[in-house]
Amino acid sequence: MRVWKFGDNIDTDAIIPGRFLIYNDPKELALHAFEGTRDEFAKKVSPGDIIVGGKNFGCGSSREHAPLAIIGSGVKYVIAESFARIFYRNSINTGLLPLVCTDASTIPDGAQLQLQLENNRFIVEGNNYRTEPVPDFLRTISEAGGLVPYARKLERVI
Amino acid sequence: MGRTIVEKIFSSHIGGDVHAGDVVMAPVDRVMIHDITGPLAIEKFHEMGAIKVFAKDRVVMLFDHQVPADSIPAATNQKNMRKFALEQGILNYDIREGVCHQVLVEKGFARPGEIIIGADSHTCMYGACGSFATGIGSTDMGFALKFGALYFRVPETIKIQGEGKFPDRVTPKDLILSIIGEIGADGATYKAVEFTGVAFSDMDMSGRMTCCNMAIEMGAKSGIVPPDSTTWRYIKERKPDIKEFSLSSDDDGIFCNSIEFDVSTLEPKVAVPHNVDNVVPVSKVAGTPVDQVFIGSCTNGRFEDFREAIEVLGNNSFSDKVRVIIIPSSKEEYLKTLRAGYIEKFVLAGALVEAPCCGPCMGGAFGLLAPGETSLSTSNRNFKGRQGSTEAMVYLCSASTAAASAIKGEITDPREI
Ligand code: SF4
Repeated sequence: MRVWKFGDNIDTDAIIPGRFLIYNDPKELALHAFEGTRDEFAKKVSPGDIIVGGKNFGCGSSREHAPLAIIGSGVKYVIAESFARIFYRNSINTGLLPLVCTDASTIPDGAQLQLQLENNRFIVEGNNYRTEPVPDFLRTISEAGGLVPYARKLERVI
Repeated sequence: MGRTIVEKIFSSHIGGDVHAGDVVMAPVDRVMIHDITGPLAIEKFHEMGAIKVFAKDRVVMLFDHQVPADSIPAATNQKNMRKFALEQGILNYDIREGVCHQVLVEKGFARPGEIIIGADSHTCMYGACGSFATGIGSTDMGFALKFGALYFRVPETIKIQGEGKFPDRVTPKDLILSIIGEIGADGATYKAVEFTGVAFSDMDMSGRMTCCNMAIEMGAKSGIVPPDSTTWRYIKERKPDIKEFSLSSDDDGIFCNSIEFDVSTLEPKVAVPHNVDNVVPVSKVAGTPVDQVFIGSCTNGRFEDFREAIEVLGNNSFSDKVRVIIIPSSKEEYLKTLRAGYIEKFVLAGALVEAPCCGPCMGGAFGLLAPGETSLSTSNRNFKGRQGSTEAMVYLCSASTAAASAIKGEITDPREI
């Protein structure tokens, strides 16, 4: 799994610029993921690659097109030092798993990363990293495959 | 144990005693969807197996980001949303009223003590009316449209105490920029921000909206000004039957942080590219040439902002080196500005005045920047590429600073005009 490394405060306009929000299909959005910020990403990303960010990943707008553009690229996990709130929720809801790792900034771009989800760990070039466990309630949603499959089974919630 | 205003709002909705950190499923009083995030929310609503929205009179729909439709996909999105509104019998203002947040507030859809969610990050603006309001994504919105409720983690609250009186030509925008500069772009992530103190109790509703609007720019879940006589007057002008009640944090409520700002020593501020928390006094960047000035958006596109700009403008004209774009945030604000004679003054001074919509703030519809261009904007985000090219520079400021800079053709301290 190749690492695509990004810095701090990667905002939703960087992930998917406003002019592409007319599209709702993850595959279509993926063609423009990080356009203008990192043009090689959309061309070279392979399914299974992992995005690693710094602080406040996904800050900015509530556009769910941001996690969808990432999912459409075949990326299933984003690891970052911290996430912006709406992006974090949107990711869990749409099936992209956001993992918090306080040492994420030390991971180099292009490295190979092996994820061991079951024990909140991953390995990069022989070094061990820990991720913070996903909060219980969100894990339920995540394990259901996102908020849509979770909600389909429910008649009422209050 | 005392409670903050936000804990009280959640407690009253749940019918229990909830505190920061609790995860709750709370009923929502109102939901808002617009042309960008709405289509996906409707898709998710259907995917969740829903047929009817939880309460048709609690959903507000409108189009503001790409209006009138600027592309065939945008027109198709709007067409599909119109159809959904008709099928469901929900209120759809379509393209008639303006920018979502301004419209929700001025139509009286945000009231003290309510929980309101919108599929847009600046929904936190309704905190100016004493509501707990927060922005969510489309899947959460699909869920809320189906169930009339959503899960929330009740946030801790940061108290911002504003003291003193604003000097001339220093505005609430300068204050909120200073606050963001101090707290940082992620300093309030997952938290609520409560704005109190005389600087806020003296502030008009427009200024309170500016401050609450930008709470998200420090990562906050919501911003809130405790409702007072100014709030209730504003609400009652719109909903005369509403009953007044008091709502504020307890003296022994627990705040995770408390920060004081003295506005009497504040200077006009600018957020420089490419982050909202890169805040400097305008003097530090004065003289930077600008290609475009935008006065508008949900942050600063109200009558009060245009009045500020007109005061600075006086008998001057805008520099012919600058494209000045002025967009009132709603029909109501447009008409007030028109009736005051300001629109004519702006046009004669060389500005382009557009009908209510998001405009260049959205970065897709129109008013985009070319590589290497610089824009000064009263909106809320200066991210790379937010208003067009990723090689353009966007600076954020108040309407006074925008007007002064549009006259000179370069970033200018409004106190020097
Ligand atoms: S004016 Fe700008 S910030 Fe406000 S809703 Fe429109 S795009 Fe969003």
